[in-house]
Amino acid sequence: MSAVPAVGVRGIGVWTPAAPSWPALQALLAGIAPEPEMAPSARILAAGERRRAPLSVRLAVEVAAQAVQASGLAAATLPTVFASAYGDSTITDELARTLASAPTQVSPTRFTHSVLNAAAGHWSMAVGCHAASSAVCAGESTFAAGLLEATLQVVDSGHPLLFVASDIATIGALVDVAPAALSFACALVLAPASDPAPRLRLRTRSAIARESLPRQLQAAAWYKQNPCARSLTLLEALARGTPSRLRLALAPALTLDIEIEA
Amino acid sequence: MPRADHAPAITACTVTSALGVGCAAHREALAAGRGGLRPNDFTRTPLACWIGRVAGLEDVSLPPPLARFDSRTHRLAWRALHADGFDAAVAAARARHGPARIACVLGTSTSSIGATEEAYTRLRQGRMPDDLRRREIHHPHALAAFVSAALQLDGPALTVSTACSSSAKVFAAGARLLRHGLADAVLVGGADSLCGSTLFGFNALELIAPEPCRPFDRARRGLSIGEGAGFALLERAAAASHAPRLLGCGESSDAHHLSAPHPQGLGARLAITAALTAAGLTPRDVDYLNLHGTASPQNDAVEATLVGALFPRALRASSSKGATGHTLGAAGIIEAVITLLALEHGLVPGTHGCRDPEPAIAAQLALAPESRPLRVALSASFGFGGSNACLAFARAEAA
Repeated sequence: MSAVPAVGVRGIGVWTPAAPSWPALQALLAGIAPEPEMAPSARILAAGERRRAPLSVRLAVEVAAQAVQASGLAAATLPTVFASAYGDSTITDELARTLASAPTQVSPTRFTHSVLNAAAGHWSMAVGCHAASSAVCAGESTFAAGLLEATLQVVDSGHPLLFVASDIATIGALVDVAPAALSFACALVLAPASDPAPRLRLRTRSAIARESLPRQLQAAAWYKQNPCARSLTLLEALARGTPSRLRLALAPALTLDIEIEA
Repeated sequence: MPRADHAPAITACTVTSALGVGCAAHREALAAGRGGLRPNDFTRTPLACWIGRVAGLEDVSLPPPLARFDSRTHRLAWRALHADGFDAAVAAARARHGPARIACVLGTSTSSIGATEEAYTRLRQGRMPDDLRRREIHHPHALAAFVSAALQLDGPALTVSTACSSSAKVFAAGARLLRHGLADAVLVGGADSLCGSTLFGFNALELIAPEPCRPFDRARRGLSIGEGAGFALLERAAAASHAPRLLGCGESSDAHHLSAPHPQGLGARLAITAALTAAGLTPRDVDYLNLHGTASPQNDAVEATLVGALFPRALRASSSKGATGHTLGAAGIIEAVITLLALEHGLVPGTHGCRDPEPAIAAQLALAPESRPLRVALSASFGFGGSNACLAFARAEAA
């Protein structure tokens, strides 16, 4: 077993089809009727960039902006870790279709946005941040592995960091092989542990994980419909605001234990 | 001097590219100034360019338990893992530390997207054909999942996918896992194989040269795309006092443009200076710099000016991409291993394809291979999205 020193949660951002913000998700978890679906606004992007940016980018920067605003920290100072299991599957689908029929017609803009770090790049431009940024994934364990990487960076550097986990709904022939039935994103601004923010304490353990599911029915349904929605158990615990423990699969034979110190 | 006590040791490494399979093949080709590019014979639709292709991948077969991972990228990774006794070195580390104590952090830009492309040429009622409808290959973490399964590693597994800096940044993530006790050894590296997405994508951006690429040549006309894979094993230095060290890593963002470098190389400068600071080095301590040097008009102009201004004229620098092609997500690890070979053998690789260098870097740029003692070396990687990384390595006695 390996333990990572605790980090504080300084800001949270969320987007789901029925809860486009952290306050909206808290309300939904408390039993208040969901809000009508609205697209991620991604207002932090310049108008031209927002028009060009695909949904995967708008989704990620939307929750990133929410979390940073809640943290009260300056976005330009925060290193970033953007996690996404499948990247922009809409672009992958379109690129693969074009390559199958007319390869020389590939769109340069689409190709440029096909990299997993497109959201990280857009974000760094929007907020003028020259700090390190990364784009990571780990299949179904993308949220857990990204959270561990983000937490280690905070512990290593002693500086706050923005962590974003997002996947858009899969389309086309990718539905069978990279399944995400809905779009989901969350973001956490993590910082060296200090009061009064809630703290996360991570431990890895050599065991096949029996993952902790969210208690609320809607959240439990979403949990299974998007790799990054595995974050919902943690978000639910943060919404409750009481100390708790939960488990996520970090790798096929490795469990990530998360202790929430409220 | 460098913080040797914190610097992980590289206890094993291997590389496969158009130059050949394994470190010896690379050392020989680099010492002889031999390139590995050939006219494009990969794409079904003609594309007039040169490529760095690894020969014989079509004949590689994965063992039955791993058959569901089969793809060109995984065959490439499989071939690379079995060169230089690398798989045996990992097995020995597994016996030493236990499988749960070995992490796997790999970089890739396109993972097995070539298999996705192939599936889309054979869709039936909008679905992939049975032989390619496998969840093991159509996502960016497929490579790390495959390598973890192939080498029976049960520690943390992570993919870094930041375009052309991917498999450089894995060293930073791997070193953090070691430093904070999450693992006792970390397999780092990466792979990218030739595919339609990158060949026709860079073609759409008008960045592909019609000739073999010529990094830093004043008449350069763009990139040659290559494929390749490389791996390295990071462990704490106490157990490997003669192994080369990773002295430090630097990472930064351009915050300028998704597909063009910052015109003054701001992000590149930040990454290089961060690596020097982390390693406890100054520019004059560096003997050799493996440049990003893609042969794109913009990158090489910016990089030449930056390196010319930042480092003394005595620095020796070169780009490997004229020999290997630009291997994108694998470039970081391939050039890290080439940098380690340079340190081990006192070999400054030349800049294959460059005849008339950019004046700003002409004094520092090695056109042909040189033989001289090297103690400290850097490898720089800059990617789409403005993602930059720089790695600082040293021979054991210089750490």
